[in-house]
Amino acid sequence: MQDGALPVSLGSYLAVAAVLLVIGVFGIFLNRKNIIIILMSIELILLAVNINLVAFSAALNDMAGQVLAMFVLTVAAAEAAIGLAIVVVYSRNRGSIEVEDVNLMKG
Amino acid sequence: MMNWAAASPEIFLAVAGMAILLFGVLLKKENAALCTMLVLGAFAATFVMVMQTVPQTAYSSLFVTDAFASYAKLLILAGGALTMVLSLDYNERQGIGRFEFPVLMLFSTVGMMTMASAANLMTLYMGLELMSLSIYVLAAFAREELRSAEAGLKYFVLSALASGLLLYGISLTYGFAGTMDFAKLPDAVTGVDGVSTGLMVGIAFVIAGLAFKLSAVPFHMWTPDVYEGAPTPVTAFMSTAPKVAPFVVLLRVLIGPFGHVSVQWQPIIEVVSIASMLLGSFAAIGQTNIKRLMAYSSIGHMGYALVGLAPGTESGVRGVLIYLLTYVAMSAGAFACVIAMRRQGKSVERISDLAGLAKTDLPLASLLTLFMFSMAGVPPFAGFFGKLYVFLAAVQSGLWLLAIVGILTSVVACYYYIRIIKVMFFDAPAPAFDTRSASVSFVAIASGMFTLLFVLALGPFTGAAEAAARVLFG
Repeated sequence: MQDGALPVSLGSYLAVAAVLLVIGVFGIFLNRKNIIIILMSIELILLAVNINLVAFSAALNDMAGQVLAMFVLTVAAAEAAIGLAIVVVYSRNRGSIEVEDVNLMKG
Repeated sequence: MMNWAAASPEIFLAVAGMAILLFGVLLKKENAALCTMLVLGAFAATFVMVMQTVPQTAYSSLFVTDAFASYAKLLILAGGALTMVLSLDYNERQGIGRFEFPVLMLFSTVGMMTMASAANLMTLYMGLELMSLSIYVLAAFAREELRSAEAGLKYFVLSALASGLLLYGISLTYGFAGTMDFAKLPDAVTGVDGVSTGLMVGIAFVIAGLAFKLSAVPFHMWTPDVYEGAPTPVTAFMSTAPKVAPFVVLLRVLIGPFGHVSVQWQPIIEVVSIASMLLGSFAAIGQTNIKRLMAYSSIGHMGYALVGLAPGTESGVRGVLIYLLTYVAMSAGAFACVIAMRRQGKSVERISDLAGLAKTDLPLASLLTLFMFSMAGVPPFAGFFGKLYVFLAAVQSGLWLLAIVGILTSVVACYYYIRIIKVMFFDAPAPAFDTRSASVSFVAIASGMFTLLFVLALGPFTGAAEAAARVLFG
């Protein structure tokens, strides 16, 4: 750490992660426009978790959290690939990717 | 010393999956049926390997093979194999007979087996994601059909959200307990100054994520739509094995690492259970589509099974394991009957399409009647014993409310199950269904025999479930 720089506390990292998680969850539920935004929100949630994991890992001086963070990055990539593929299939059939148009079946 | 062979059934199945995938790509002609047969063969070999596993903990205690895991894995393999057989004929007739289908089911099964053996939150997450990612693709497998694509999209968005929440719960648990290891968590959980708030929030998030996969209320919203839209064998698959795996993980996590703080999670499970039972029975009444009806039925069944988890006792876990066993058999059988509903080459799924089935096809009508009675919990069929054991465990622990709500909602559920029987036996006959293939009849008859004759083999099955349940309390 450089001289004069304040150490960032664990609490700050957790707060940032919590804020990102909330933004992600709201992005999924409040968004009425585009399915791509939902995919971005999902990524945001996973990245929030990664901040949590790495911050805890550093604070606990334990490697397990960073290992899981690597796994999460991999899973997030796979999830994004599958999600985009499903969106492509959907848009071919429906001709639109507006969230409001996803209404064939009412649950 | 590291024992590399502990996960040999999973490793074998995963390698077999990749080999079959390669085979399917290299062999250029239509080969879906051949690949399905190969996958079924791999399942059979894995089944034998799981039966021969010895209890041990391996890979730096990331992975455990005990009687509980083996019980769950055998059930998962059986459920997966039954629904795979169902897909054989359906996919071909619907024009979605592609070889990726059985391979995806296989990878999903590998994920579920990993979950059953998880001894660490990391293993749990990886298994869960392997299961879910494969099912996203399966749900959208009929890619020419809007309904299937929409089902895949809905399942993907909500399930990814649930996975994210589960993962957030895992990160909090890790941070506040200092470990992800199930064996070390109990010490961390029962600290000097009780359970920290952060850890409680973590546990709640983990329960929420798993409850989503179980389609328990209030995380059930995806179920009816996805069940209706997905190709029927996928729906059958989703209602069997992928319900078992999250449930056994929930049992293992809540009874094992968090067993000492059952006071904290018991109310959550009770509320989720009661809400699922109520919604499962009341919301199903107005349904006209049989797949949607089965979705609500599935929500209700998960509510009943959660009754057995709430007490956190050995007899409760035994009850849940028996419940899951009977549920897998009934569900596979009922979906075999749904898949048999085809008229002039098209699949039909309205309940009114079953009208007068007893006059046109008595064997199918009798089998569906058997499954409906069993799901309603009528003795002496299998479904009755599942309910009996979980309610018994709840009463033994003084959770009368759960047992009473369970019995009352069973009565309500009887209404819509018996309505189907009434439609089949007393309504004016609709045109006959197409001839069904031998594979569909096989699954229906095999599950039917199991459901009917379960009472005769009650001893061995209860014994196996008891041995599995004892592991968690050992």
